[in-house]
Amino acid sequence: MNISPVTRQGLKDVRPGREALPGAKRPSRSRPPGQGRQPRATPGGELRPNSYYGLPVLNKPVWEPREIAGYFFLGGLAGASSLVALGAELTGRPQLARGAKLGAAGAISLSMVALVKDLGRPARFLNMMRVFKPTSPMSVGTWIVSAYAPAALAAAACDVTGRFPAAGRIAAGGAALLGPGVASYTAVLLSNTAVPAWHEARAVMPFLFVSSAASAAAGLGLITAAGQETGPVSRLAVAGAAGELVAGELMLRGMDPVVRRGYDHGRARVLLTASKAIAVAGAAGAVAGAVTGSRAIRVAAGVALLAASACTRFGVFHAGITSADDPEATVGPQRARLAARAGGSQPAAPAAHAPARQPASGPASPLKSTSWGDSTSIPGHRQSGTSIPLSRKRDGGESS
Amino acid sequence: MSQLSPASERETLTVAVTDPAAASGWLDHPPRMGFFTDTTICIGCKSCEVACKEWNAVPEDGLNLTGMSFDNSISLGADTWRHVAFIERRDEAGDFRWLMSSDVCKHCTEAACLDVCPTGSLMHTEFGTVVVQEDICNGCGYCVSACPFGVIGRRTDDGRAHKCTLCYDRLGDGLEPACAKACPTQSIQFGPLDELRERADARLAQLHEAGVDEARLYGRDPGSGVGGTGAMFLLLDEPEVYGLPPDPVVTTRHLPAMWRAAAMAAATLAACVTAAFLGGRRHP
Repeated sequence: MNISPVTRQGLKDVRPGREALPGAKRPSRSRPPGQGRQPRATPGGELRPNSYYGLPVLNKPVWEPREIAGYFFLGGLAGASSLVALGAELTGRPQLARGAKLGAAGAISLSMVALVKDLGRPARFLNMMRVFKPTSPMSVGTWIVSAYAPAALAAAACDVTGRFPAAGRIAAGGAALLGPGVASYTAVLLSNTAVPAWHEARAVMPFLFVSSAASAAAGLGLITAAGQETGPVSRLAVAGAAGELVAGELMLRGMDPVVRRGYDHGRARVLLTASKAIAVAGAAGAVAGAVTGSRAIRVAAGVALLAASACTRFGVFHAGITSADDPEATVGPQRARLAARAGGSQPAAPAAHAPARQPASGPASPLKSTSWGDSTSIPGHRQSGTSIPLSRKRDGGESS
Repeated sequence: MSQLSPASERETLTVAVTDPAAASGWLDHPPRMGFFTDTTICIGCKSCEVACKEWNAVPEDGLNLTGMSFDNSISLGADTWRHVAFIERRDEAGDFRWLMSSDVCKHCTEAACLDVCPTGSLMHTEFGTVVVQEDICNGCGYCVSACPFGVIGRRTDDGRAHKCTLCYDRLGDGLEPACAKACPTQSIQFGPLDELRERADARLAQLHEAGVDEARLYGRDPGSGVGGTGAMFLLLDEPEVYGLPPDPVVTTRHLPAMWRAAAMAAATLAACVTAAFLGGRRHP
């Protein structure tokens, strides 16, 4: 007996497959119409965006803090020191010049070791030189550093050995030309990611980084140079520290509070607070050292400025890691943007996708989303799996 | 100095891309291929996860029992190229809904991972998909931080970045990807992107007519922040409920402004150092 569903009129009693209408037999909403999707309310009453079991949307950056934030510090120190070195050379301050050149050479050498070591396949580091891509700050930076490092090393070598002074001067000039690029491109590298705390800081971060580089280079100069040569770096110390403080403040101003959480909590807050305090101390010490002529004060100020610069870089780095782990930092600002575009009448209306979603012949009602509550809101439902080694630390210990 | 630029602000270092394969230099290329994942008919069987792992020899990503409904693969990464999400929902009226969706790399038109890759490893194929050339990748990890969807990851043992290839090896032989082949309900549909977009629109209209108003398309709009994606989804709730960003924007859109800021900062640094040396008494 033929039990095939095929008939002359087509397939009979076959499951609808792609045409299935799950949920369509029941009313799609059992709540009064007009009630759109609501974000979750916290106990404090503020609305928080929904998430998938509180998991981050983004993948955590894979960069090692010591290697990459360390590189930001060393690279900035090197780039700014090359500028100081040229200035010192042109104004007859040989000890300052030598200290700055050696510092730049040492810092950029350590930088390159750190960068290569951080790669997943260090042996393939030269693959960076297959292409030059302006859309990739890492590509641009690779080329800048590849040109800068030989210049800085040559300048230092010529200075120390006393050989080829003309070539040494050209090398120092080249290093000074590229130095500002080395000091500033790293901010673009961080900002050109999806990490909220880094991306939203993109307008001011380059200024924070060059200020930090300037104060680090000034600190190095205060340590290495003879007293009568340190006038310029004392001034640069004050300017750099002031720049770090002002840029640090401006960078966070106007930032979405959820994104700013990365900077205001945890390790980033400790580091950035310390950085500000130590930078002030260092700048004050630079002034005091200039006034009193005390070498001990100058060296202490120099160490403080170097430490402050490092703390700034590590603080910004850790703020990004924290914000990447926070789904609200990703979702919140995007939802706000969509709401602003939709005119704010429906906070959750996905207006950006409305043209593609409005059916041509469908009902005239605007697209409504049903509020089904948070995915973890089922009574008795376990909030987190105990077997996952996830970094789901939430700042402030807020619960889902 | 606005901190948040609207996604509609278009400043790119490349021209607006409608055909990523042609923009990448492919001549006479086949039509752009992609996925349309209709989550309304997903049954959560995870055949897609298994098929993907088997075909691509993707390593084991943890033998977990997470308690997140039936989701034990947690999220996309270097060792998870298809991830089925499960969301159990019960509203105040007592209606129960179980949302299931198979997440995958979006194969964006404007792919942030590709833009930031410093070795040129990440590329658009002739099918308009985004793949990592594993013989070139040196594991710098920049793509991991750049992806707005949290897709690509870096393997700890092998050091390189890995993600869904849209079964590039199968496409080259005229086959469909392993996940689409394995999907028993045809929730994962594979084909030319134009055709899939039409199918998605028709399916959305059908659902809206049947009263399923919460259905929406994700990744369909070529005007979105990533230029539309090669993998579209039909969702039954907001994207963030599934772990997807509601309005992702490729970071490259803001890059020209960032380079300008860096150039100004660099100039400021040079000026300040110059001023520091010229500012005081001339050193004899």
